[in-house]
Amino acid sequence: MAEKTEIIVNGKQTQVLTTWTVDDLILDLELEGRQVAVELNGQIISRDRWSDQTLGSGDRIEIVHFVGGGEEEKCLMI
Amino acid sequence: MTDRYSRQILFSAIGEAGQKRIKASKVVLVGCGALGTVSSEMLTRAGIGKLTLIDRDFVEESNLQRQSLFTEKDAHQGLPKAAVAERKLRAINSDVEVEGVIEDVTWENIDRLCRDSDLIVDGTDNFETRFLINDFAVKKEVPWIYGACVGSYGVAFAFQANRSACLQCLFEQPTDVGTTETCDTAGILAPIVHVIAAFQVAQSLKLLVGEYPPQEILQIDVWTGTWQTITAEKARNQQCRCCGKHQFHFLEGQEHKRLTRLCGRNAVQISPPRPTRSDFQKISKRLDKSAQIDLNEYLLKIRVDGYEIVLFTDGRSIIRGTDDFTEARALYAKYIGN
Repeated sequence: MAEKTEIIVNGKQTQVLTTWTVDDLILDLELEGRQVAVELNGQIISRDRWSDQTLGSGDRIEIVHFVGGGEEEKCLMI
Repeated sequence: MTDRYSRQILFSAIGEAGQKRIKASKVVLVGCGALGTVSSEMLTRAGIGKLTLIDRDFVEESNLQRQSLFTEKDAHQGLPKAAVAERKLRAINSDVEVEGVIEDVTWENIDRLCRDSDLIVDGTDNFETRFLINDFAVKKEVPWIYGACVGSYGVAFAFQANRSACLQCLFEQPTDVGTTETCDTAGILAPIVHVIAAFQVAQSLKLLVGEYPPQEILQIDVWTGTWQTITAEKARNQQCRCCGKHQFHFLEGQEHKRLTRLCGRNAVQISPPRPTRSDFQKISKRLDKSAQIDLNEYLLKIRVDGYEIVLFTDGRSIIRGTDDFTEARALYAKYIGN
């Protein structure tokens, strides 16, 4: 059983498992396949690093969802 | 009217010199819907030299809640947005050369439409066009200002070719909006449109007077009253296909789709394989008995069997009443031809 830890996602305290990567967080937020940019502690993490980048206690994550626009897309707010 | 720009000139970062640069500038706005109507009005009032606004669509009643240049009469007449906006903007500021273009921006016409621009402002509603703009902007070293809103949420960023990260550094390819269950109508509020357009125009003016906007991506929700910026300063990818390797797949037409689902509107747009001109008179004569025809100088509207087919002079058509490609293609073949 993996341990839990707390990180901050877009300013909100969020519990994740210590084994989680950025990819797992994106999956959990149901943002997979969306145009999202992820910043970890002040630096954007490129898409190809999401599956390797694990999350640690106190990490600050900012997620920006680039939407298409108009009435066309349901936006997943986080 | 020497007083016209006095308040803008008093703003020290612009001044007389900045106003001259603004006056000498050429801006292209791609898409003249919610964001486009708001930003085009601000750019026109600011006194840019030339504004080219390109839009593929026509005014409808459901636009009026947020698309600030349009009136009920425009919607009732079903006029093209680019033509209406051109007329309104010229009346607002006759100093500005305003040109409305009723076309869909594609890899085939982007060079003709954007060639002389100092800046491109994004008023589109889809990523395929944005990736195309990004390719063009990187290749020609022209900045472009992304902006988009859904619901009460909006995002904006000033992409500065070969200086900041480009769209393809952040995302390898467009998500296929409209092909999944995500295509629900979330609606859109006018206030977020104005916030995002305001950001886009402020960054545009900054670029036009020769300053660099911050490399910060803004996201904001006007309903919850929350916003964040994230820095894109280190997001530039040396291996990026577009700005790193200069492979412009969108500009070369490799990613071009002839059929586009205008999602949320139950409509499909069909583009001709090559630029063409529709013969409105001939088509309306042929369908006169079987369909209800509306014709104006910009478009031909055919109502038949519960569907609406709108033909534009550039050969494009929008089929309303279906979001199914096969059905749309069949309707087009039946009434317009192959």
